[in-house]
Amino acid sequence: MRDVAIYGTGMLQVSEHWDLSIIDLAGRAALEALNDAGLERVDALLVTNMLAACHSTGQLNLGARVADWVGLHGVEAYKVEAACGSGGAGFRSAWLAVASGAIDLALVVGVEKMTETPGPEITAGLATAADADFEVPMGPSFVALNALIMRRYQHEYGWPHEAFAGFSINAHANGARNPLARLQDPITAEDYRKARMVSDPINLLDASPVGDGAAAIVLGPAERVFPGGRRPRVLVAGSAAATDSIAIHDRNAPLRLTAAEKSAAAAYAMAGAGPGDIDVFELHDAFSIMSALSLEACGFAEPGQGPRLGDDGSILPGGRIPVASFGGLKARGHPVGATGVYQLAEVTRQLWGEAGACQIDGARVGLAQNIGGSGATIVTHVLRQA
Amino acid sequence: MHSTPPPEVYVAGVGLTPVGEHWNVSLRELALEAIEAARADAVGLRPQALFAANMLAPVLSGQTHLGVLLADFAGLRGIEASSFEAAGASGGVALRQAYLAVRSGLIDVALVIGVEKVTDRVGPAVEAARSMAGDADHEAVQGLTPAAQAGLLMRRYLHESGAPEDALAGFAVNAHANGLTCEHAFMRRGITVEDYRQAPRQDDPLNLFDVAPLADGAAALLLTRREALPSGGRPGVRVAGSSVATAATALHDQADMLGLSAAEESARRARLQAGVDPDQISLFELHDAYAIFAPLALEAGGFAERGQGWRLAAGGQIGLTGPYPISTFGGSKARGEVGGATGVYQAAEVVLQLQGRAGKNQVAGASTGMAQCLGGAGATAATHIFVAE
Amino acid sequence: MEVSRHWRLKQQRYALVGEVCPSCQHKIFPPRDICPDCGEEARTTYQFSGRGEVFSFTTVRNAPTGFEESAPYTVALIKLDEGPMLTAQLTDLGEKPVEIGMPVEMVTRRLRSDGDRGMLVYGYKFRPALKAA
Ligand SMILES: [Zn+2]
Repeated sequence: MRDVAIYGTGMLQVSEHWDLSIIDLAGRAALEALNDAGLERVDALLVTNMLAACHSTGQLNLGARVADWVGLHGVEAYKVEAACGSGGAGFRSAWLAVASGAIDLALVVGVEKMTETPGPEITAGLATAADADFEVPMGPSFVALNALIMRRYQHEYGWPHEAFAGFSINAHANGARNPLARLQDPITAEDYRKARMVSDPINLLDASPVGDGAAAIVLGPAERVFPGGRRPRVLVAGSAAATDSIAIHDRNAPLRLTAAEKSAAAAYAMAGAGPGDIDVFELHDAFSIMSALSLEACGFAEPGQGPRLGDDGSILPGGRIPVASFGGLKARGHPVGATGVYQLAEVTRQLWGEAGACQIDGARVGLAQNIGGSGATIVTHVLRQA
Repeated sequence: MHSTPPPEVYVAGVGLTPVGEHWNVSLRELALEAIEAARADAVGLRPQALFAANMLAPVLSGQTHLGVLLADFAGLRGIEASSFEAAGASGGVALRQAYLAVRSGLIDVALVIGVEKVTDRVGPAVEAARSMAGDADHEAVQGLTPAAQAGLLMRRYLHESGAPEDALAGFAVNAHANGLTCEHAFMRRGITVEDYRQAPRQDDPLNLFDVAPLADGAAALLLTRREALPSGGRPGVRVAGSSVATAATALHDQADMLGLSAAEESARRARLQAGVDPDQISLFELHDAYAIFAPLALEAGGFAERGQGWRLAAGGQIGLTGPYPISTFGGSKARGEVGGATGVYQAAEVVLQLQGRAGKNQVAGASTGMAQCLGGAGATAATHIFVAE
Repeated sequence: MEVSRHWRLKQQRYALVGEVCPSCQHKIFPPRDICPDCGEEARTTYQFSGRGEVFSFTTVRNAPTGFEESAPYTVALIKLDEGPMLTAQLTDLGEKPVEIGMPVEMVTRRLRSDGDRGMLVYGYKFRPALKAA
């Protein structure tokens, strides 16, 4: 197995791109990443997406479709899907392909087009990540499934709702410095308290906004990126994926992200790193409860103590473990099947020192964790400056 | 990380469910049956990663996230799992990713599971869903279905090659003859050239026997390194070539639609990796979801000259004892068309042939086999070459 | 309209029929073919009592397609007396506030409809237990 480096990234603003189709979105991000890498051609294109396959006016075979659109005629191409964890899963597939030596250069493009579909249909589409026979027919929206976890967590560990405010406030503050963020307004603790309830206890400021978006990353063998180029070399130092049951009701420990624990442990081991080495952490804050659970699973807090890190400033830029440095899902936005690619592109830019106003000073090692469903599929990556 | 040569990849076990209308079985139960069969065949090897192949579950069954669903249901909770989709080529691309994972050295045992469940829904809903494999903005929106794409290709092929109207009869006759003796086939009856000539027209010029029947099915494969292969009398089967290529999604965007460029390119690369010529390939499982794809794939694969593929069928050369056996278990035409599971069925069938386990469908002396599935009208092609050792 | 799919699930949806693992005695609902605890085959049916308690709950205001007419409605994780958990709507709540730990029992109600002329899907919901079991 050979070392793999990141050659280029591309990201569009997460927004309502009413003028761009899903193919346009994917194509623009792909071309931006290719330009950034100084390449015209790659050997494989992996598209990550969740929702285009869910409704009958949608699009299958996105790999071939996008490949043709961006002029990569004949290239190996297909779609990787693991619900909202698709982006991380696709990046991992691309990494494996390059690491195996069978593929030299791989491009992973995450894309999602969500704003031209009516609300209930999007809600139903997102619910396909859950168990279609035993969860979905009972009518829980995806928000509701997360609300079930959050209420029980508060009940067992005694946290009041306000204890989660720090995650949203940090995300919005960081998003306000990121021109590619969906939401660019800071919020206050007062805003959080007064926010409209969505599915109790989850209110509007606990939940991330969906949107149209696309992000892309080019991967290639590390030996061809020489130190001393225009930017530091960023390696994929650790990569792992794990699962839990798809349905929350089937889990032995519904308040723990066991798939995150497993994949983080494996990614740390591969990278020879631990929580103490991480300078920036792009976590999957689709809901504020997931920030707490993800921090616990990755070794930054004891079980039940995640909200403390949101409260005591640890997660802020300059804190012990900065999270959501570009706004996270909460403010950058959550174009579901593309989110994992956004996270990895953001960590890469942090390690390149190209994060602009979102830069975390001295970031050398970064962690990205992408979650599919309510904790069912979890993909964790450690990136390192070398 | 050191530069040791990458491990060679072998098939440790295969499992197939009969293709049919399985009203009493759910998607996950169908998949489990194939997974259990493959694990039993591999003497209980426990996979570390699951690669799911499926095309229509999101739209027909309201289920994405199949990787984790199937891993958990199969008693493999916790292992890495994702889904791969390239329409009808999904099975081949999931196999490709599993192959890359084992070849990287990181995964010791990979499970590929292809599953498709279509009979819970009725005709028009299924046709609309399958049409999503075309260009949604410029083909599907015109009401163009996969059958209609095949019709366009077939008419043009007959026109350009000057082949007679019943030129493709031999493909249906061969597939049905092989399906007759295949235990997992959906259509188990023989047909004659006369039956073909009398068959009712569907989407002109396609007749009933130019169209493969769509049904439910699941197939599974376990891949591993040579050292981990279960000991036992049967020959090891190595994945000697693996390649995926693409072309434009819309037929109208393909520069040479009858050239099936993705199939040609992926077959060429796979042959190069395996170091074999078309003449050294003992059998070819091709994707005859519509009969026209059989001659096109034979031509693209180097088995026939351009415009001459139909002659192989007319001349009886594609039978089990001919020089170019195809659809040896019935192919999509008689085994049944199983969408995203097709590529996994094909690979499992090639393995059974190479290990001499094909029963009445055995191709004598089969040592090298090729499997190729197509996504859309030739937009994606995944080709794998297997060699018996 | 997936008639066969709902037909397959009728035993579970109407009668709460699950399984018990013959190897480790783990009670299983929703049913599955392999015991998630010990990995052995589990196909022995088991009739659940339909009694349990609320493990967690929430209210759905932005309902998915097919559920719009019922919104807002309350969805819960129910821990069955026999051990396993399931996802279900709460019904017949009246003025009684829902609480974690509240005893509930199963009833059969309409879950969703596919438009005006579509199929109606029935299945289990849970209501506050009428009397201590
Ligand atoms: Zn058991």
